[in-house]
Amino acid sequence: MIMPHTHSLLLVFFGQCFRICEMWRKAADSRVPLVRQMKDMPEPNMDYSNLRRQIISMKKSLFDQGYLDEQFNQLEELQDDSSPNFVEEVVALFFKDSSRLLTNIEQALEKHPQDFYRLDSLAHQFKGSGSSIGALRMKNECSMFKAHCSNRNLEGCRRSLQKMKREHATLKQKLETYFQLLRQVGPRERAVNSWK
Amino acid sequence: MAVATETPFHVLAVDDSLPDRKLIERLLKTSSFQVTTVDSGSKALEFLGIHGEDSSPPVSVHADQLEVAVNLIITDYCMPGMTGYDLLKKIKESTSLRDIPVVIMSSENIPSRINRCLEEGADEFFLKPVRLSDMSKLKPHILKSRCKEHYHQEQHQQSDSNSNECSNPTNSNSNECSNSRKRKAEDNEEVLPQTNRSRHS
Repeated sequence: MIMPHTHSLLLVFFGQCFRICEMWRKAADSRVPLVRQMKDMPEPNMDYSNLRRQIISMKKSLFDQGYLDEQFNQLEELQDDSSPNFVEEVVALFFKDSSRLLTNIEQALEKHPQDFYRLDSLAHQFKGSGSSIGALRMKNECSMFKAHCSNRNLEGCRRSLQKMKREHATLKQKLETYFQLLRQVGPRERAVNSWK
Repeated sequence: MAVATETPFHVLAVDDSLPDRKLIERLLKTSSFQVTTVDSGSKALEFLGIHGEDSSPPVSVHADQLEVAVNLIITDYCMPGMTGYDLLKKIKESTSLRDIPVVIMSSENIPSRINRCLEEGADEFFLKPVRLSDMSKLKPHILKSRCKEHYHQEQHQQSDSNSNECSNPTNSNSNECSNSRKRKAEDNEEVLPQTNRSRHS
């Protein structure tokens, strides 16, 4: 004997099953990931694959132009469902940390007499965290700066600092664009390294 | 038959750089370690419970935390104040902490530095940036030190095991320990099948 409220529960249950089946069918038809269907995102296929092309192309150019190296791929490999924004988060920490270091270096350069030991140490920290996120050009410019420190070459340090600031700003802007593009793709789709 | 859930190994990571701390934490968590990060050698010692030369067991003494054992310490070499090398020395000087494996990380590949650390008792030296593949080198050191610990315990106490990893009959315990010593550092989980089995029982 089925109680009345059980009966309506069963109806609701079957109704939901039907709805889910419909969604699966639609998803299979349009080849858009189910997660998008469920979120009611209206992007058709075309825009989505254009977006992916853009992201892949931007990443390739960042590598080709030497802004990033293999370590950046390592970071992307560490990103998953349990830590879906890991790369963006660690990059943000790098920029926060390195902005502080740039300010400290600038201040230290203007002190008389210059403490080249301290300047080298600051550049060393910068280089280390840059290397951890795969910021190749940044890392190389830090090496230049450190070389000038060893030679106690103040002018060299000053010039190098300007380059470091430019590289820093450029990389920051490029990565912000890159992450913005990535954010338009669903979180489940963000494993760039696994794309084709 | 239900599989017992194992407590993950607990690693204390020491690095003064914030992005590096985030990276090492992610690497360790991805490799199924429980992680605590601190930003200096002195904070590491504080966490490990060193205030003087007492012989308390290797547990955290923070009142607001549960006592947790630390199974491995991984530390950056270049840090302001106390370097990773200084921290290593302090750990090896402590009777309660000296058996905890220590791994040094450095962005510089300087052979004399590496040798100095290994001579002081570091178990491994990683070149930064540290990679996921480096993580598989950690567990063998932890298992080796735990076997050593249990072997010493049994030597001194003549008692039966306390339901820990190298538990069960004395014979198989010493077999596992001698097996683990023969293995190379590159081997990972598959290395000590007996140990894993006894942990699951």
